[in-house]
Amino acid sequence: MKAAEAMVRCLIEEKVDTVFGYPGSYILSVYEELRKFNLRHILVRQEQAAAHSASGYARISGKTGVCITTSGPGATNLITGIATAYMDSIPLVAITGQVNTSLIGRDVFQEVDITGATESFTKHSYLVKDASEIPRIMKEAFYIASTGRPGPVLIDIPGDVQDREIEFNYPEEIDIRGYKPNIKGHIGQIKKAVKAIEESKRPLIIAGGGVLLSDAQSELMSFVEKTHIPVVHTLMGKGAVLESSPYNLGMIGTHGFPEANRAMNKADLLVFIGARIADRTWGGVADKVLKNVRIIHMDIDPAEIGKNLGTDIPLVGDAKYILSEMLQRVKELDIQPWISELNINDSEKIDKKIRQTKAIDPEYTIRLLSDKLNDDAILVADVGQNQLWAARNFEVKPGRSFLTSGGLGTMGYALPAAAGAKIADSKRQVVAVVGDGGFQMSLYELGTISANNLGIIILLFNNSRLGMVRELQERRYGSITAVTLEKNPDFIKLCEAYDIPGVRAVNNSEVEEAIDKALKAKGPFIIECIVDPGESTL
Amino acid sequence: MNRHVLSVLVENQSGVLSRVSGLFSRRGYNIDSLSVGETEDPKISRMTIVVRGDDQILEQIKKQLNKLIDVIKIVELDPDQSVFRELALIKVKTDMNTRASVIEIVSIFRANIVDVSNTSLTVEMTGDETKIEAFIKLMKPYGIAEIVRTGLAAIERGSRVINNV
Repeated sequence: MKAAEAMVRCLIEEKVDTVFGYPGSYILSVYEELRKFNLRHILVRQEQAAAHSASGYARISGKTGVCITTSGPGATNLITGIATAYMDSIPLVAITGQVNTSLIGRDVFQEVDITGATESFTKHSYLVKDASEIPRIMKEAFYIASTGRPGPVLIDIPGDVQDREIEFNYPEEIDIRGYKPNIKGHIGQIKKAVKAIEESKRPLIIAGGGVLLSDAQSELMSFVEKTHIPVVHTLMGKGAVLESSPYNLGMIGTHGFPEANRAMNKADLLVFIGARIADRTWGGVADKVLKNVRIIHMDIDPAEIGKNLGTDIPLVGDAKYILSEMLQRVKELDIQPWISELNINDSEKIDKKIRQTKAIDPEYTIRLLSDKLNDDAILVADVGQNQLWAARNFEVKPGRSFLTSGGLGTMGYALPAAAGAKIADSKRQVVAVVGDGGFQMSLYELGTISANNLGIIILLFNNSRLGMVRELQERRYGSITAVTLEKNPDFIKLCEAYDIPGVRAVNNSEVEEAIDKALKAKGPFIIECIVDPGESTL
Repeated sequence: MNRHVLSVLVENQSGVLSRVSGLFSRRGYNIDSLSVGETEDPKISRMTIVVRGDDQILEQIKKQLNKLIDVIKIVELDPDQSVFRELALIKVKTDMNTRASVIEIVSIFRANIVDVSNTSLTVEMTGDETKIEAFIKLMKPYGIAEIVRTGLAAIERGSRVINNV
């Protein structure tokens, strides 16, 4: 059969039911096979959205997201989406067309070296030269993308290779000698970690996105309840521990909660679980703390251990396995003085007061929305002030999901990712929280959302500013530049043009009605909240 | 900044060299030399990489290399338990007056003369870096036209082998 048909058969073998993409001349053969096999294809309006949507889809479905584009600009447009997925460890297979083999390296029309361009932010990539290798490559790509520390894998396939005749046998077994992720952890290290935990007087767990990626929330909760160790979390780790749990002190980092950061500074043992310890996380902690604290670092990626922070006890493996192993061994801790010091039981993590502002209080809006949404709702936050308003005020109950571009901080992520999330599970409510900056970076996706009648709620905080940059400029320079979004369109009218209804709220008293309307809508709906241009993040 | 010699088994396919060298440049690791060639198994190449860095950097280099799917195995070679060799081709400026004395030094170093012309003499020599450096130093007064060096190749002493298991 044709290699292109083999590729689509491989997708079916991998139980792919939806792909996101944008066709073009060097991927035509694959598209023709997609049509023949009737595989669901979501036509995005710009390739970057294909990668973001595949990412949202992957995070909700638990499967590997797939995006397909043509060569050249189709491939380069994917780049930001691939890098975003890489930084957040999201399993993705990106398939790009490439110019014919005989033309590679001649700088012909729509040629670009995409495997080279994405080298530093793909987990692995292939440039397919021998069509007969397609079944093996596809099998490997899905395996690599979804196992160990997940991430994006790119397959670049020249047009002529797609048209070659090959024998199709999908491999059942897989053996990549250079890729053997360690899942179970080292028992000796686990024992050492348990001992260190039992010896400590002021232990603290820092939960990162890895807890969610390994689906270890319930193991973590049991561990916390047995040991009474308080927990803080990173932005990506939001939802890793029950937000209503008294042990959860909330988010740490430069935009985290003071009590969470304070706990970091006072602990004598820090247990990092699936967290990279990047600068935004570490921002709230004084360097001198490091001298007096022991560190246990659990991560499936050994290269994360010791990269940003010295570690006393490394634990390489899957959080789910290691936590259940530790749970069996650890005994209940007597750390009452530490718990009293943190005031855990009466800590009020979220300040419920409504801000006195001329326009709408975004934090109040998120809290109200959070109260009204179903217990399995999905909130996708964009980047900027809106991201932190959402992260600090949306309650991730068990069954709920909070998605955001935490690592790369990609503006424009929320809208396409929310579309992907809705496609992954149409029964769950999906809200995209965006600012007027990030919204306009992915505005074109209103087309995709409308055409597929994706019933997502767009919650737009419009302050006619790039609010977070404005804040940084004011703090650092005392003046602002290039952050005023002049001549913003009438977003409600714009959405109307896409057949998406909506309401604008200009003061706090109008917010509730707007949310209720949105929740009743049958298809996509936009709530535009007018926010004071001077509104602060915290 | 200690010097370390890493022997790295990689899949013998296109793109691997770029992945490895790209990793070093983008993460800011210092690399002294890198040599690569096919092994006894034609599907596997072996790279000898000479790097500089403290223990923490070396640890990260090994871990980051290991993350590359094409990297099969990494072994740090102990200088006392290994043989290090480099090949250098050195073109020395010579004339009738100097040729004889250059040849004399070449023979002391047990190097080979591989080409000769009226105004130059090309020497091939193999050795560890100190030997090559010493030879180059002695040739400088005559005038060196060109030097080509392969970078270090290294192998463990004794019967132990680095293989892909």
